[in-house]
Amino acid sequence: MSIKLEHVNYIYSPGTAYEIHALKDICLELKDGEFVGLIGHTGSGKSTLVQHLNGLVKATEGRIYFHGEDIYGADYDMRRLRSKVGLVFQYPEHQLFEVDVLSDVCFGPKNQGLSAEEAQERAKAALAMVGLGEEFYYQSPFELSGGQKRRAAIAGVLAMEPEILVLDEPTAGLDPKGRDEILNQIQKLHQEKGISIVLVSHSMEDVARYVQRIIVMNQGEVLFDDVPREVFCHYKELEQVGLAAPQVTYILHALREKGFFVDENATTIEEARDTILDALRSGRQA
Amino acid sequence: MIRDITLGQYYPANSILHKLDPRVKLLATLTFIAALFVAKGWPGYLAATIFLVVIIRLSRVPFSFMVRGLKAIVMILMITVVFNLFLTPGDKILVQVWKLKITDVGLRTAIFMAIRLTYLIVGSSVMTLTTTPNDLTDGLERLMGPLKKLHVPVHEVSMMMSIALRFIPILLEETDKIMKAQIARGADFENGNLIQKAKNLVPLLVPLFISAFRRANDLAMAMEARCYHGGEGRTKMKPLIYARRDYAAYGVVICFLAVIIALRVVL
Amino acid sequence: MVQAQGLVYEYKKYDEEGRETEVTRAVDQVTFGIQKGDFVAILGHNGSGKSTLAKHMNAILTPTGGTMWVDGRDTREEDKLWEIRQRAGMVFQNPDNQIIGTIVEEDVGFGPENMGVPTKEIWERVEESLKAVNMLKYRHHSPNKLSGGQKQRVAIAGVVAMHPQCIVLDEPTAMLDPNGRKEVIRAVRALNQVEEITVILITHYMEEVIYADKVLVMDQGRVVMEGTPREIFSQVEKLKSYRLDVPQATLLAYELKRAGIDLPDGILTREELVEALCQSN
Repeated sequence: MSIKLEHVNYIYSPGTAYEIHALKDICLELKDGEFVGLIGHTGSGKSTLVQHLNGLVKATEGRIYFHGEDIYGADYDMRRLRSKVGLVFQYPEHQLFEVDVLSDVCFGPKNQGLSAEEAQERAKAALAMVGLGEEFYYQSPFELSGGQKRRAAIAGVLAMEPEILVLDEPTAGLDPKGRDEILNQIQKLHQEKGISIVLVSHSMEDVARYVQRIIVMNQGEVLFDDVPREVFCHYKELEQVGLAAPQVTYILHALREKGFFVDENATTIEEARDTILDALRSGRQA
Repeated sequence: MIRDITLGQYYPANSILHKLDPRVKLLATLTFIAALFVAKGWPGYLAATIFLVVIIRLSRVPFSFMVRGLKAIVMILMITVVFNLFLTPGDKILVQVWKLKITDVGLRTAIFMAIRLTYLIVGSSVMTLTTTPNDLTDGLERLMGPLKKLHVPVHEVSMMMSIALRFIPILLEETDKIMKAQIARGADFENGNLIQKAKNLVPLLVPLFISAFRRANDLAMAMEARCYHGGEGRTKMKPLIYARRDYAAYGVVICFLAVIIALRVVL
Repeated sequence: MVQAQGLVYEYKKYDEEGRETEVTRAVDQVTFGIQKGDFVAILGHNGSGKSTLAKHMNAILTPTGGTMWVDGRDTREEDKLWEIRQRAGMVFQNPDNQIIGTIVEEDVGFGPENMGVPTKEIWERVEESLKAVNMLKYRHHSPNKLSGGQKQRVAIAGVVAMHPQCIVLDEPTAMLDPNGRKEVIRAVRALNQVEEITVILITHYMEEVIYADKVLVMDQGRVVMEGTPREIFSQVEKLKSYRLDVPQATLLAYELKRAGIDLPDGILTREELVEALCQSN
């Protein structure tokens, strides 16, 4: 029981011509140690939703509980919540500001009230977690490559030692290799450090490879919330709301229609390969 | 708060005011503001009120939009009113609290000042709400045209203004985003004394400046790529040509000014 | 249409006293030719030099070595500058940073205005360009209220209105969501097929490359692979070594082949894969 949302509603500029009902009656529970994918196209409310998780945006209606405590309670320590729920924004490298990488990563821990030495310890550990070694400590963050900048920015949030790490499209604008590197690093954080991860993305392929659970948002509502293979079964509905299942889902469904005995619920390339091989080797057609 | 400023925001609609030449609207706004200061006594303000109401109706911009522009100046308005109310000497004292007196003249001046300021803002908002920033800068460029002979870079200044207008909303959004991102890292923009507050702004301002420079750089490149090379040899997609309605509008504005002056002279 | 011969571009870094400290070769001995009406994709990871190369095609950068010709004009000849920029239009990555106008149609008119096109013709060009990218009904909107894909289509219309022979798109979809990407690619393909404009698309999304006539792969400033999408994507291992990827269907076909299934090389789409599997069975 880690984060629980009860009937959360959020309305932008209520009472004006620009009123937007961004979140509609959201009820969700994110458990400890989960790796969740949050999918939806632009304007589906997914970015607004993640900003609720650490109290940056306050729900117009509804309650949010973190470890059973109401975060809207009168004496709730919002700053502590923000260090427990780390939020990495889209293009996080745009928030870098310090003269060198190490001091930038120290910014979060220092705000938590840690001493300079403790902050540095944390920062070094965080940089190691994202694969940036000592040679980067005293470089200007603005002279790094795109992928390195992004990892430095993620380290800036990791250094606060969050229990939950929420990443809003961490791979936007990166090349294929850079994308894989970041996602593998995130997976490692989940596996080795036991940090819960919420990965916001538009890419089903990315998400299918890593997450245990997918939440699909559409027009401010939760459309599906299940394990990947169950969610991708609804590939026709996903298409109707402007999303798509991974390419392999389509290939497997098409093969099934042609009479191949394949498991159309496979979600990754490797699973698809195995089920196609099985179908071909058994030689029997359904 | 910043979002409440309607000055400089365009409200798309299909009205006679939207179609008027920006030069007419600019000069009319100036005339209207001048008239506000010429007007004297209730009849003058009544005339201005009628004029303004008619203009607002003609613009087809919802009234709530105009009022929103006022929110930004509420403080200035209050200060002006309070100063005029308490500090204007007069013959008849209406209310006296300790050393502060409200006189009949004070009350009158305060009310008129409030009306003037309100009308001034609403009047200018009507202009900006019905004129695209591009038209506005085009109008300014043309009105300032004669200054070119004095080597004033009129075209460049107006181009800069229209670009600034285009990027203000983008930079505001960006400010909001960076602020949130730093708050998520435990930054505090609210507490502390003045010096601390100023120091706390560094994590916001550095990324903001960097982003503004990057945008400026990109934009300059994009403009060059589209053959921009200053005002010379440039044609206009929407050249400013006076139509009949523009002359009519000038007529109306002149009549309005005449009425205001007449009311002042007669009364 | 666009031709490069031994093209070199070097960035120089200076220290505080203005001494040269470092020379980086962003483009290194690149030679290629692009025919009129072609759809050419340039692939490469971030920092491979593909954007620097693109900026040469519009004379934003001029080569430090070798030559670049656009429609027969050497980009180093300064008096040809505006002719070159009009012939080879350029669309950039960030949709917000290339829209100048505060109203869609005014932005599209910006290029023709700069070229000194008569007013009446500007209006005609604006209308036909917005129609070409299917954005005509947004002509009176403010760009700030549009989605990323729509903004990018406005930017494309802004270039089309200059009547270029060739459009260079520098990662136009990198900042868009999948729907926006599809919109933009559809618009670009239509320009190529209907208006017969030469298209040079720079990207690192493999799915966008499938429709190209020719693909160039760049790494460390050099062109390291050149061929049709089929030829390029049949070399999965090589692409991966350049930090790139292949479309999902291609990857699955590659995995199946490695497991011993007999499939043809260079499968690009999921339909092709399904077809090939049916035949091999």
